[in-house]
Amino acid sequence: MDCQEIFEALSEYIDQELAQAKCRELERHLTTCHNCRVVIDTMRRTVALYHSIPCERLPDEARLRLHKVIKLK
Amino acid sequence: MQPLVPTDEELIERIRRGDNEALEQLVSRYEDRVYNLAYRMLSSRQDAEDVLQDAFLNVIRGLDSFRGQSSFSTWLYRIAANAALTKIRKRSRREKSESEFLDDVYAVKEAAHAGAVLPDWSSNPATRILDEEARRQMATAINELPEIYRAVFVLRDVEGLPAAAVAEVLDLSVPAVKSRLHRARLYLRNRLSGYFGEEE
Repeated sequence: MDCQEIFEALSEYIDQELAQAKCRELERHLTTCHNCRVVIDTMRRTVALYHSIPCERLPDEARLRLHKVIKLK
Repeated sequence: MQPLVPTDEELIERIRRGDNEALEQLVSRYEDRVYNLAYRMLSSRQDAEDVLQDAFLNVIRGLDSFRGQSSFSTWLYRIAANAALTKIRKRSRREKSESEFLDDVYAVKEAAHAGAVLPDWSSNPATRILDEEARRQMATAINELPEIYRAVFVLRDVEGLPAAAVAEVLDLSVPAVKSRLHRARLYLRNRLSGYFGEEE
């Protein structure tokens, strides 16, 4: 696998959806390619950061308005 | 023995028989999740509230025709995501055009190919990385995604839905979801690198 193919396979790799043989190939490439390693690590961190954003809770007044609207239906 | 917590399907059956308490229970079960999805897609509390109300009103109107081919939550997400996409299309453009977006997505590939040393911020301490300014940067970056990439990313990586469920919600194939998700992640990674990488 070259850098080009690695770039296209990154998401499947971090989601653990890449076929085992490709996975091994990719990991071999990562031992020698600094930039691919950086992209994969920072992409993984990006996904983790977005996933860690706390759920935006519905404000109480908006909750009351919603329940009022559905009661009228 | 009756289960203590009724399933969505049981609540729907009761709603069809005119049980308003069941309707309140079903709405309470999903209101925060729908609001969060809309808020992440629109970055506006007012717009997210509008989408929330529209989504549940459409659910109530469509409940008689809901046949349960997909789960109730998938159906609800589809209604909510479509309401949010309609809202995005109505307002003035904040996101990038698809060609600008794709140029940015693959800029890192070209930089790496040209021998640039990419900044590695993957080990920056979480305290620094999750401050208010960082959150603002992350929200701005999501807003720049073209609408369908934003919908895929929010459903998959913020809401945590499996790719197959995202495909069902947005009426896309699973490969199309994966390809859009990958591009959205590359774009966001590049944008955050511009912010966190500079701090190294």
